[in-house]
Amino acid sequence: MRRTETRGKTKDGRALPWLWGILLGVMAFSGFGQLPIFKRYYISDIPGLAWSADFYLTHRIHYVGAIVLLALAGYVAFDYLLGNRRHVRLTGSGFVRLCLLAGIVITGVFRVLKNLPDVVFSPGFTLVVDISHLGFMMAYLFAALAFLIMGRGWVEQKSF
Amino acid sequence: MDHKISRRGFLKGSLAAVGAAGAAALPLPSVARGEAQGELATLIDIRKCIGCEACVEACKEVNEHKFPRPKKPFPTMYPSRVKVSDWSDKQDVTDRLTPYNWLFIQEATVKVKGEEETLTFPRRCMHCQNPPCADLCPWGAARKLKNGITRIDSDICLGGSKCRAVCPWHIPQRQTGVGLYLDLLPSLAGNGVMYKCDRCYDRIEKGALPACIDVCPEKVQKIGPRAQIVREAHEIAKQINGYIYGEKENGGTNTIYVSPVPFEELNRAVEKGPGKPGLDPVKNSMAHADNLAKAMVIAPVAGVAAAVGKFYKTMKGISGEEAGK
Ligand code: SF4
Ligand code: SF4
Ligand code: SF4
Repeated sequence: MRRTETRGKTKDGRALPWLWGILLGVMAFSGFGQLPIFKRYYISDIPGLAWSADFYLTHRIHYVGAIVLLALAGYVAFDYLLGNRRHVRLTGSGFVRLCLLAGIVITGVFRVLKNLPDVVFSPGFTLVVDISHLGFMMAYLFAALAFLIMGRGWVEQKSF
Repeated sequence: MDHKISRRGFLKGSLAAVGAAGAAALPLPSVARGEAQGELATLIDIRKCIGCEACVEACKEVNEHKFPRPKKPFPTMYPSRVKVSDWSDKQDVTDRLTPYNWLFIQEATVKVKGEEETLTFPRRCMHCQNPPCADLCPWGAARKLKNGITRIDSDICLGGSKCRAVCPWHIPQRQTGVGLYLDLLPSLAGNGVMYKCDRCYDRIEKGALPACIDVCPEKVQKIGPRAQIVREAHEIAKQINGYIYGEKENGGTNTIYVSPVPFEELNRAVEKGPGKPGLDPVKNSMAHADNLAKAMVIAPVAGVAAAVGKFYKTMKGISGEEAGK
């Protein structure tokens, strides 16, 4: 039997989708907060959200989120390689998301490098990195939404 | 400023010297030329400035071809809180930064050695060493160049004005009705293009001096490799018992001011407001990014360690179960 696994039975299996969902929400919100739109479109006028117009604060949140994301990526990748690989396999939709996520992470790493004091990229490269970070993020969000509606998970149980 | 020298009379002569396209411009000092790898910084010796505004006029003249030519009427923008920034009918304004005035002369009446004196000095983009305007531009329009210039590409900028919000001195200035946003969603996103001093990057590329430096009759400004400029600034400060601004501000900039009076005093005395930056002590805006970047290197390792830890625990559990059978 092949079954798409959206919720695992182990402790991490239950916690991971939650953690991932919250993290994705935080990264999307703080990421959109890097565009000058929250003030224009009244988001920061919503009571309790005035802070969302502070670019430095949302930037800090985005960085902290990226730290959690990288730790999670390290954990999930090695957990899969060391053990889970025998029980589960990546679905097609999981593979698409993984590729888009890799795009976000790689361009994100370059953005972090660009922000270091001694790193200067060429104007063309800076443009490509900045715009592709946005592009991968948009593509990921659309893909994640589509797969959510279609009920496709990241992994499926292997049949023995 | 008229107590100093006749500004207009002076301007005529000096502008003729600059020339419109800078063909007749003085070359960059040889030590600054061929320094493609290193950052160039400018030294501004406040004592020398006579407030003639020759630099302001020269900047306008040589950079005129880069100034906005907005199309009118402007597209209606939504929501209605989005305000038009239109300087096209006020191009002659020189007492603040605007999209058509990238340099202005600031005045501070202070006591120098017990005597009241009006000091004047040029103000423009500081060309930060780690510029938040460029780092945080979400669109790649603002960039730092290897030679220490921070430049906003007017073909790419959408005029969202984030660079002005994150700049500690709020330097870049917006003009509505120009740029890429007109070809995208002009009603819903963007609002023109941001403009500021580009330290005459095109003249520097050709080996010429920035126009404001070139034209100054008092040689108030100097450009050279940053280490040398910083050294010189300290030498002058030592000689005159003076003060330095821009070396450490915002984590370090490529514009180093030397003054005979403390910058706190100048900061109190200057007129501040939109397009009129102060001289506050500015902390490194990007320090958080440097610190958190270090944690980013450790994060995946911590994640891998947790996975390996879990694996060993599981293996121990399995072998324990087997031994117990
Ligand atoms: S910097 Fe030079 S050109 Fe500019 S106002 Fe001062 S003296 Fe005049
Ligand atoms: S002074 Fe402002 S506009 Fe100029 S480089 Fe620094 S942050 Fe950017
Ligand atoms: S360096 Fe060039 S662009 Fe900047 S203020 Fe001077 S003349 Fe203007």
